[in-house]
Amino acid sequence: MSRVGWIRLAVVAIAVGALELACRTGLIDHRVVIPPSEMATALVRLLLSGQANDQIARTFGIVIVAVVIAVVLGFAFGVAIHAVPRVRQALEPLFATYYAVPIFIFYPVMIAIFGLSAAPIVLMGVANAIVVMIIATLNGLDRVPRVLTKVGRVHRMGRFSTALRLKLPAAAPHLFTGVKLAVSYGFIAVIASEFILAPAGLGRVISDAYTDFNNPRMYALMLLLVIVATVVNMVLHVFDQRWAERRGIGRL
Amino acid sequence: MNSRVVDTVVITAVILLAWQGLHLIVGETALPGPVPTLAYLVKFVPTARFAENAWATFLAFFYALMLSYALGLLLGLWMGAHRLSGAVGEPILISLYTLPKITLYPVILLIFGLTLPGRVTFGAMHGVLPVALMTMAAIRNIPPVYLRAARTLHLSPWQTVATVLTPATLPEVLSGLRIGLTLTLLGVLLAEMFASKQGMGYLIINAMQLLQTEEMLAVAIMLFIFAVAANALLLWLEHRLHRRA
Repeated sequence: MSRVGWIRLAVVAIAVGALELACRTGLIDHRVVIPPSEMATALVRLLLSGQANDQIARTFGIVIVAVVIAVVLGFAFGVAIHAVPRVRQALEPLFATYYAVPIFIFYPVMIAIFGLSAAPIVLMGVANAIVVMIIATLNGLDRVPRVLTKVGRVHRMGRFSTALRLKLPAAAPHLFTGVKLAVSYGFIAVIASEFILAPAGLGRVISDAYTDFNNPRMYALMLLLVIVATVVNMVLHVFDQRWAERRGIGRL
Repeated sequence: MNSRVVDTVVITAVILLAWQGLHLIVGETALPGPVPTLAYLVKFVPTARFAENAWATFLAFFYALMLSYALGLLLGLWMGAHRLSGAVGEPILISLYTLPKITLYPVILLIFGLTLPGRVTFGAMHGVLPVALMTMAAIRNIPPVYLRAARTLHLSPWQTVATVLTPATLPEVLSGLRIGLTLTLLGVLLAEMFASKQGMGYLIINAMQLLQTEEMLAVAIMLFIFAVAANALLLWLEHRLHRRA
């Protein structure tokens, strides 16, 4: 690891250590924050007992379903919109303001329509993730070099094989960036919806634990979410960087 | 310009038609149509109840915004000017940025209770990260020749900040401020929706529990208009600065 990496690790370790110390010495009330070591042991115990496994599986299942729908539909819409420049021009301002609107204000509307089930949560995940995927697809298709279309024509390739064998690989790094963002946006939307109101799921369990003053369970599941979000985002980030590098080499 | 007006009209019409269509499919109780909702909105907005809750949200939003701008600009300035701090801190800030921060809201509640400072803190938690990250990027992207020119002209540090650094970074910093505004509003509303006895977020959740779908939609539309208008204003400023640069 580089020097910067070690310093970063040290900064995080010192922060966690300081929190531990502050909790142990009573500087922070045990009823407010429990020491990080207790959070970790509570998490391990909870996972081993299997009490929360259903909820964990449910939440991550919803995230996966929402992200897959958003990526597939977002890609399809992106391709369709890219094919008709006039429609794209009309939709551009909509995309620019889409994320300015706090989308969760429509979650209760979704509940009113679909009832209190997994459906509104999936929809919120899709709604939050699909537009980054559309934008990434448009960006990717914009960046396909003109020369590749000519290469396809020289080799007498059909439209379909040109798209599949030349354009798709050329746009792939941008599409992957879209997937990365879709995962993180979908995850945020699903967790937040579950927090606000949901029949079950991790967000619901954490908010119930908060209401019951069950701090070990609450902090254990918070820790789980923080770990999962960080690890998933780091893995996607590393892949993203690698694709971007390859794209840079490919251009030479 | 003219075609943009046409586009906006067409998009608005499509949304309204889709709303009406969905209303016909799912029925009156689940989703009232656009006409009764807008009629309700016109009646509801002048009431004292709306004014009180809108003011509560605005207050929390304003304090949270000031907090996230102040902290974000300071943090971004420090991480942009000091290379090592930037290299160490950037990935940490990025992973915090992608974290669903609502997860941490119960902690804020345990510390502050159901009070204004809690909602302000939670809103600022959302807004501070994009402001810091984009300010840092703006400072790093200053062409070195600008700084060399400042040195050649023997500008004092303050003159350098005022006449070179600020104009060079302003467009990018402004993008950060715009995203920060959006996310701060989101944070404040999430806080109100999760646990609060006042504010627009509370109004929406309360209306849902009482099955007053018209009120729920009316509040959502008002928030929608506010968010779009604030974003459009800052976007317009950004475009003007970019053109000048």
